Amino acid sequence: MKYLKNVTTLTYTGEKCTGCGRCVDVCPHAVFAMIGGKAAVLDRDLCMECGACQRNCSAGAISVDAGVGCASAIIRGKLTGSEPVCGCSEGGGACC
Amino acid sequence: MKPLKIVNTNMDPAALSPLRQQSSCAPKACSCTTEAAPALHDEKALRGARWIEGAIDTPAGRVPVVSTAWKAADRLGQVRARVSSFRMKYAIDPGLYAVGRPGMDSDVYVSANYKLSFDVLRRALAGKDAWILVLDTGGINVWCAAGKGTFGTTELVNRIKVSRLAEMVRHRRVIAPQLGAVGVDADAVKRETGFAVRFGPVRAADIPAYVSAGYKKTDAMRRVRFTVLDRLALTPMELRPAVKPYLVFALAMLAVSGLAPEGILFRQAFSGALPLLVLGLAALFAGAVVTPVLLPVIPFRSFAVKGLVAGAALVVPIVLYSGMFEGADAALLAASYVFFPLVSSYLALQFTGASTYTGMTGVKKELRYALPVYIGGSIVSAIGLIAHNLLVRGII
Ligand code: SF4
Ligand code: SF4
Repeated sequence: MKYLKNVTTLTYTGEKCTGCGRCVDVCPHAVFAMIGGKAAVLDRDLCMECGACQRNCSAGAISVDAGVGCASAIIRGKLTGSEPVCGCSEGGGACC
Repeated sequence: MKPLKIVNTNMDPAALSPLRQQSSCAPKACSCTTEAAPALHDEKALRGARWIEGAIDTPAGRVPVVSTAWKAADRLGQVRARVSSFRMKYAIDPGLYAVGRPGMDSDVYVSANYKLSFDVLRRALAGKDAWILVLDTGGINVWCAAGKGTFGTTELVNRIKVSRLAEMVRHRRVIAPQLGAVGVDADAVKRETGFAVRFGPVRAADIPAYVSAGYKKTDAMRRVRFTVLDRLALTPMELRPAVKPYLVFALAMLAVSGLAPEGILFRQAFSGALPLLVLGLAALFAGAVVTPVLLPVIPFRSFAVKGLVAGAALVVPIVLYSGMFEGADAALLAASYVFFPLVSSYLALQFTGASTYTGMTGVKKELRYALPVYIGGSIVSAIGLIAHNLLVRGII
């Protein structure tokens, strides 16, 4: 299943990559693969902006505006003027 | 290093007693405080937990041993957690637990203190000797908590320290669920604790295969899935928040339809509102059940559009063929065709919160287009409904 085309904020700077393979290991949607000792982006449209790759790339080769892809969290964030966060702990949230 | 002393690992319910003693025994008669290791857990929090079957004394303290089998109480809790807000309180005490008879070389698995996360992990560890390090995620599952940062670097570092893990095991590695990588920076944990973080499979059920393959994940073990069963299991959580708005809507429609100079007429209220209440239910079903279950089959990638398609597919045939709208005026038809598919669309868009592949930027983009349409559509529908009621009463 793929979500909207060409919306992800994922960027990858190949020159910085040290080839550790962490991004491939942590991505839940197989966005990355190791090709010739370096990471390569296979399909950006599969990225859900979870941020796992960025957090674990110590070379700083990956950047992504990580956040929750959850409509009610984003609406709540807009209303309260804060960052959208998952509403699980708030009690009534329908998510997760 | 001193080998671990096994105090009790049998299935006898009395095995719980080492854990209970310290909190229940009278101070003067208490033997446990002098010879037993200090408890690493808040024992009040663990009392009555039927999934605990014993305890092990370690140099660092007493660690509860957990069962790898699910009991009836576990299953009941899982069902309740899925359908109600009871889920919020379904937390267990964070800290270190044992499975089997772990020793200095046993693996350490990291989990969240959401009981369902913990349950699937302990079941996957059946037959193994291992440690489970439960982080305090506020009773939230691993992935959500990692997104919030509560299943994160700071908590893992802190939990490794307060549980005195370095005294329990000789090796220096922990196995965290892969989805925890959203919040856990493995390098930072290593820097601060000396423990290397290995990200294990996404699903705990894959742990036995992962371990026997020499701690190697297959590509499938890395992938998050979103099967029809996953989606079906989520539908109660989608329907639940819609119940109250639906009741409000139903009351409003009954009131509007029944309104007459002499008060609210019940027969008129019912016959006038019934078609709309049926369409309302159809919209709920389309947005909160049909769209999630048939997600990949419904055309278009946008959830809002998927919901609109599903909503129209249910609403249009009802209007055309049920006979309930025979002789209806154009105002009522217009309001029905506009409003109910939009309700379905809105509910479908909410499902982005439960889906495992939608990103924030994409959902924001959907909302930018969808919200004005929802608001505009509601206004148009309200006007249509008012016009219809005026027409019915011969006012216009
Ligand atoms: S995590 Fe960073 S450095 Fe490592 S392979 Fe991926 S992009 Fe390269
Ligand atoms: S943000 Fe998440 S989904 Fe996107 S590439 Fe990174 S790890 Fe994969």
